[in-house]
Amino acid sequence: MAVGTSKRSVVGHNVTKVDGPSLVCGRPKFTMDIDLSGSLVGVILPSPHAHARIKSIDTSAAESLSGVVCVLHHGNVSRIAHTTAGQGWPEPSPYDTFLFDNKVRYVGDKVAAVAANSEQVAREALRRISVEYEVLPSLLSVDAALAAGSPAIHDETDAEGIYDAAGNVAAAVDIPVGDVAAALAQAEVTVEATCEIPYSQHVPIEPHCTVAYFDEDGRLVVRTSTQVPFHVRRIVARVLELPLHRVRVVKPRIGGGFGVKQEVLLEPVAGALALRTGKAVRMVFTREEEFVSSRTRHPMKVRVALGAGKDGVLRALEMEATSNTGAYGAHALTVLSNVGSKTLPLYNKPHDLRFHGRAVYTNLPVAGAYRGYGATQGYFPLEVAMDQLAERLQIDPVELRLRNHIREGETSPIFERIGEGREGVAQIVRSCKLEECLRLGAERFGWREKRSAPRQRGPLTYGVGMACAMQGSGITGIDMGAATIMLNEDGSFRLLIGATDLGTGSDTVLAQIAAEMLGVPVEKISVYSSDTDFTPFDVGAYASSTTYVSGTAVLRAAQEVRSQVLDVAAAMLRQSRDTLEIHDGRVHGSAGKSVSLEEVGHRAAYVVDQHHIAATASCVPEESPPPFAAFFAEVCVDRETGLVRLERMLGVADCGVALHPRLAEGQVEGAMAQGVGHALFEEMVFSERGRCVNTNLLDYRIPSSTDLRSLEAILVDSYEPSGPLGAKSIAEIGINGPLPAISNAIYHAVGVRLARAPFTPGRVLRALEGKG
Amino acid sequence: MRLEFELNGRRTVVNIPPGRRLLDLLREDLGLPGTKEGCGEGECGACTVLVNGQPTLACLALAAHVQGTAVCTVEGLAQAGELHPLQNAFIEHGAVQCGFCTPGLLMASYALLQKNPNPTRHEVREYLAGNLCRCTGYDQVIDAVLSAAKGQRCP
Repeated sequence: MAVGTSKRSVVGHNVTKVDGPSLVCGRPKFTMDIDLSGSLVGVILPSPHAHARIKSIDTSAAESLSGVVCVLHHGNVSRIAHTTAGQGWPEPSPYDTFLFDNKVRYVGDKVAAVAANSEQVAREALRRISVEYEVLPSLLSVDAALAAGSPAIHDETDAEGIYDAAGNVAAAVDIPVGDVAAALAQAEVTVEATCEIPYSQHVPIEPHCTVAYFDEDGRLVVRTSTQVPFHVRRIVARVLELPLHRVRVVKPRIGGGFGVKQEVLLEPVAGALALRTGKAVRMVFTREEEFVSSRTRHPMKVRVALGAGKDGVLRALEMEATSNTGAYGAHALTVLSNVGSKTLPLYNKPHDLRFHGRAVYTNLPVAGAYRGYGATQGYFPLEVAMDQLAERLQIDPVELRLRNHIREGETSPIFERIGEGREGVAQIVRSCKLEECLRLGAERFGWREKRSAPRQRGPLTYGVGMACAMQGSGITGIDMGAATIMLNEDGSFRLLIGATDLGTGSDTVLAQIAAEMLGVPVEKISVYSSDTDFTPFDVGAYASSTTYVSGTAVLRAAQEVRSQVLDVAAAMLRQSRDTLEIHDGRVHGSAGKSVSLEEVGHRAAYVVDQHHIAATASCVPEESPPPFAAFFAEVCVDRETGLVRLERMLGVADCGVALHPRLAEGQVEGAMAQGVGHALFEEMVFSERGRCVNTNLLDYRIPSSTDLRSLEAILVDSYEPSGPLGAKSIAEIGINGPLPAISNAIYHAVGVRLARAPFTPGRVLRALEGKG
Repeated sequence: MRLEFELNGRRTVVNIPPGRRLLDLLREDLGLPGTKEGCGEGECGACTVLVNGQPTLACLALAAHVQGTAVCTVEGLAQAGELHPLQNAFIEHGAVQCGFCTPGLLMASYALLQKNPNPTRHEVREYLAGNLCRCTGYDQVIDAVLSAAKGQRCP
């Protein structure tokens, strides 16, 4: 058992997930599960062109259709520049988006919205809107967008925060540390790898959905599947020109997010339709819209150059990223920054480093936050380059990582130099069990034996590869989470959190922290998340923050409530509060005397010196301790067909104390599953006119149960001193491993480097043919 | 049209327009939103219900299709407040993360165990291939089904 959990009665145990029983019974927990009869249905008219100016729009035929209540477009709404990124304030993404604009910038961009009394009528109305477009040259690649003389995708004069609008560059970063060019020139060995990730989508099984309506006091209520209810409130208020206090955002259960529900997409549209009609409006993305008109991972080409001594110790590390942000700059700067900030500190031996890159506008779908958030794009070439270096120096890849990775008590200049779209904060790594992850993983996987010689059977060749990764735990000094805990008079507690459980199990983990501190089982904690009217502020679920940031807020609130409980108990027991302890639902004093929490709650509510036992506490993290992980993959490559089959994937992770081991393992397994999808199948394909042609789950394949034959997660013992009860994050890191580990395994099997994901049979065959 | 069928063990009579989808009948007309819509195209399996014991995609099936049949949805799995062993196993083994695909996975798993009370790991994997889950790596789901199979009482 990990340090610090040996005495714990709740934390570190696989307690029943607090929402498990209601979810398996199909209770109405999700956004669209409420009675929606009488609400209008909102739908969006998508642009058929990748780049065009709207010369005129005629909605009269649509409006004359019986059942159509409202049509909105750029001609009848306010023009307010904003970003949909759903980040903290000040927002690091450019304000380059409008509710509706007189220009469309990708196929699927929103042209107009209709509210009608049925979906059928609403869709018919869309067909009756006639739009006259002036079609502009479309820039369907980063190269086209950067070419001299290309038109500016954002030529509007009222956008803010774009790095170079005329040049189609949304954001740019250049962080030199020391002199990397000189260090590379002097290094005994250098290797270089350039890897590319295409358009891919999060594919939450529940698409984006929103219901907007007015409460009995005329306030706008937005019930929505979001990771960021408080940011939704701020952005909806801005776009709809409402005072913030006139907007309430309710987050019910979320059917998966993975970053895509950090984007504020349907909420302002549904809100605008509700405001204009005075009626409830519901909106749901179709699966096609979820692919095209929501958000994707940033497609990226990343080059890594490593310089090392013959001992394999790195002396120079350069990384250059070219990111495609699509038509709008959501998360353009911050995802780009994270390509470097979440990868370079892992190997902290070089004194000479450089991270630089650009995020480029194109007339393609809009990229946004996606689990891994740039780190996934960075680790692919970094870990392929490490594999190349290991080969050049004839050092085992595991050993090479052991010689280079950051250790406890160490730091990296990158922590201070690159932050969330601005300078970062210096930090010392206080917990790092990557060495244990590497050694344990190699042993469990049978790395040595499998690595020594690729197995072969007819056209099938087996190979193994590995990779390492780190991530962060929240955004240092910027993001805030808060929690409120209240004692009920029966000795149970209410835990109110703005934190947003998107399926990760954070409601359960946060309840465990409260239960541990208050000496009760989890069943005595009623968790409620999140509602901007009732729960305290929290930036929401992103940046692997919830356990670490919101969890610390819960810990602090619980400590304060505990203190208040002890005050009452001390009076009841006539003992000094310093000697009292809470466990098993009772406050225990000396001489075998004790009182139950129910007696404490009853007394405080009704009997003597009545007062409400409650506390609210906040956390703004002063550091962002990285979780670490080692990944091992075994593949079978069919040399005749090019088909790569994943035989086994093992992830061994250090997440500090795993507050709920099974949920933590589930995070690693699920993230690895998505990473395997990136590696083997997932790619949005576009026509020559910029239309995505695989917008369904047959043509865009995500892993099914038969694709993932052996995924395993192991957690190593660890303790993060700055984290709540020793914890740090776990939700994202697992997605960083599969791309490089599988690419390296393919190389081990058949001797070709797959640098462009996904590793489809066609690409593998072409690489094999190229090898001759 | 008049539709008569058995829904989670209870006789049900409703009037519906002929083109009504089974999914909308369940979610909107009959107040059973446990069955989920993930794609509306028969690709994700989130809307899986049982019609005469057969897994059926409620987003593709017309409501009229269930005339005279017995339909079972996720709301019908628990009996008299007691969770079905599959439901307990899903919670215990971490098979539920966001829970959106869970109703469909539960119904497909239930149908599998009806046909094959002692499936192998491989058989469970093959049978659930039409039910997409984006949160887990499926191993926890398969563990849950196998564990329920071992401890399952005759329904």
